[in-house]
Amino acid sequence: MSMIKAIVFLPLLAAMFAGMLAFVDCGDDKYKKHKLDLYAQWATAGFMVVAMGLAWLTFQQVGLQGDSYTVTVLSWIQSGDLDLNWAFKVDTLTAVMLVVVTTISAMVHVYSVGYMHHDPDVPRFMSYLSLFTFFMLMLVTADNLVQLFFGWEGVGLSSYLLIGFWYNKPSANAAAIKAFVVNRVGDFGFALGIFATYMMFGTVNLDVIFANVSAMADANISFFGGEFNAITVISLLLFVGAMGKSAQLGFHTWLPDAMEGPTPVSALIHAATMVTAGVFMVSRMSPLFEYSELALQVVTIVGASTAIFAATVACTQFDIKRVIAYSTCSQLGYMFFAIGVSAYQAAIFHLMTHAFFKALLFLGAGSVIHAMSDEQDMRKMGGIWKMVPLTYVLMLIGSYALVGLPPFSGFFSKDIILEAAWAAGSNVGNYAFWMGIAAAFLTAFYSWRLIIMTFHGTPRADEKVMAHVHESPKVMILPLLVLAAGAMSAGWLGFSWFVGENAAAFWGDAILVLEDHTALEGAENVPEWVKLMPLVVGVAGIALAYVMYMFKPGLPALLVGWIKPVHKFVFNKWYFDELYDAIFVKPAFRIGNGFWKVGDQAIIDGLGPDGVAQTTRDTAEKVSVLQSGYLYHYAFAMLVGVVGMVGWYMFIVG
Amino acid sequence: MTEIGLVHYLSVAAILFATGIFGIFLNRKNVIVILMSIELLLLAVNINMVAFSVELGDMVGQVFSLFILTVAAAEAAIGLAILVVFFRNRGSIAVDDINAMKG
Repeated sequence: MSMIKAIVFLPLLAAMFAGMLAFVDCGDDKYKKHKLDLYAQWATAGFMVVAMGLAWLTFQQVGLQGDSYTVTVLSWIQSGDLDLNWAFKVDTLTAVMLVVVTTISAMVHVYSVGYMHHDPDVPRFMSYLSLFTFFMLMLVTADNLVQLFFGWEGVGLSSYLLIGFWYNKPSANAAAIKAFVVNRVGDFGFALGIFATYMMFGTVNLDVIFANVSAMADANISFFGGEFNAITVISLLLFVGAMGKSAQLGFHTWLPDAMEGPTPVSALIHAATMVTAGVFMVSRMSPLFEYSELALQVVTIVGASTAIFAATVACTQFDIKRVIAYSTCSQLGYMFFAIGVSAYQAAIFHLMTHAFFKALLFLGAGSVIHAMSDEQDMRKMGGIWKMVPLTYVLMLIGSYALVGLPPFSGFFSKDIILEAAWAAGSNVGNYAFWMGIAAAFLTAFYSWRLIIMTFHGTPRADEKVMAHVHESPKVMILPLLVLAAGAMSAGWLGFSWFVGENAAAFWGDAILVLEDHTALEGAENVPEWVKLMPLVVGVAGIALAYVMYMFKPGLPALLVGWIKPVHKFVFNKWYFDELYDAIFVKPAFRIGNGFWKVGDQAIIDGLGPDGVAQTTRDTAEKVSVLQSGYLYHYAFAMLVGVVGMVGWYMFIVG
Repeated sequence: MTEIGLVHYLSVAAILFATGIFGIFLNRKNVIVILMSIELLLLAVNINMVAFSVELGDMVGQVFSLFILTVAAAEAAIGLAILVVFFRNRGSIAVDDINAMKG
């Protein structure tokens, strides 16, 4: 019972410890600074490894033995009907997330020891990482919506801090602000969803809400002057929050920019954990979403559209981290359409496998960037696989898992998602299936495009960089090995528990799926060609990438020439940024400018402080003319004054 | 021939006082004239003092007027001293030239 408290609060302690070290001023004392850095690194990493061990124990207890529980820590808010506790709700869903979050976090902490060793702000970095982990754990253990929101905002804050970690880079600051603002839009929806939940259910406690959902299925809520089904409205509002955090179509623009942060951050926050918070939240709220067909359909369509959209963009990008970022976006789309067809288990399964292989890919990419002297452009890489064989093999493993080749983990989770989409049998299910297949093809293509451009062919970097290419230190390779083990084995180890024959016992009542939503059961009995399809398109995508980038390197340029408008459209990320710039950013700037120049400077300042001061000054200037400096003027004024006063005293008062 | 009484003394004092005051602010020429005007003001007050002292049979007024004379002498000495220094600095004691305090 107290184990869960240790898991959640150890990272907070680590963050506080490293945060205090960040304030120690070392001056020019290199030795002292190095020592402090080491303390910060190993303390946080050590705490995280302990938390990871405890999380695995919890997983064994809760997931495999099936005793879920809720621990109350403190009373938080008691106001009228609102009664909130800080409490940890630990069921299988939470246990899975605990394992994913702590494991990836621990690996990223260890990796950062090597990756960030030359950075001047190591303690601050480690503190932020641990703080993020704390908030993420708070999010996944929440037993009520408000606590979930607390974690939700906390990870948003940590994400902001870490994207902007190199704060003297203007692009990093811009990216950090963009991520924060875009997330605020989603969070606004989430907050409205929580308010609506409280209005309808009179509580924000998850267990109480879930117990009352079926009774509320037909209740209406007035919203914008119309009557709508309450569950649908709440679900859609919550989904808006999930879209923001999980970078779904329309809210995705911040994720590629977030790659401005250090690579371990990209791996931990923007690939493995925080961006999957939306998937977790929707799965956690499955009893709500299950009662709203419309909400599920919206989730499916958004997910499937994101999957295909992000995959097309990934095929055209040249920044190695951006390719993986768009890939993340696309894979999150898979998870969402799995949720949309009520295959929550498959979504969480993919969440877990994806966390392993995408963190592996990101950290591998970090290792490549490290080797290439901080070069991220794939056009300036190539031909280095013999020099960094271990990184190469690890990246290959990650890519195999991402593409979904057996027996790597992505094969199991992606196939079950696609099969479930097919088995759903609905129109949106079919849409999701075909979009998913197309995205799978593109996934294979861009993954191997990345591998070939980065590691094969003739070296395109200059000689100085090439001479410096080296394998990363052990402290960076070790976490990669752990993640690679996960990427290879998580699929077949977890399959029967997550979505196979033991699933019912494994999940317990953590996820609710209505009787007539049979996509996941139906996934067992899909036609043979549906089962084979993802694998076939995956291999075809790899083959195409080999042809285009290995055997006929002139082909991509030729192809781009043929479909120039299309390529331009996709290369510019479907012009989402430009569109938002024109619709939201520029008008916002104009409005802001208007309020600033006219509202604040002209009206408020003009009439208020500045106006009063100006009037005083003008009056004083006019009055000062009276001050002639001639003694006899003053004497005369005094006389007049005396005469006036005496006269007043004699004739009026007296 | 009427007897000279309190009213006559007070009238003389008032005329002297008014002369002194007009001497201060109608004078455009010379700071020394201002000093002399101040002297007139004090004398006017002294006449008042002595007149009332005799009228009321109280010696304090006459004693006080002696004090005022002393202070007036000291004041005239200091005023003239300042004036000498001022002339050395500015080369003029014309009232119209003294306007350093102009706003």
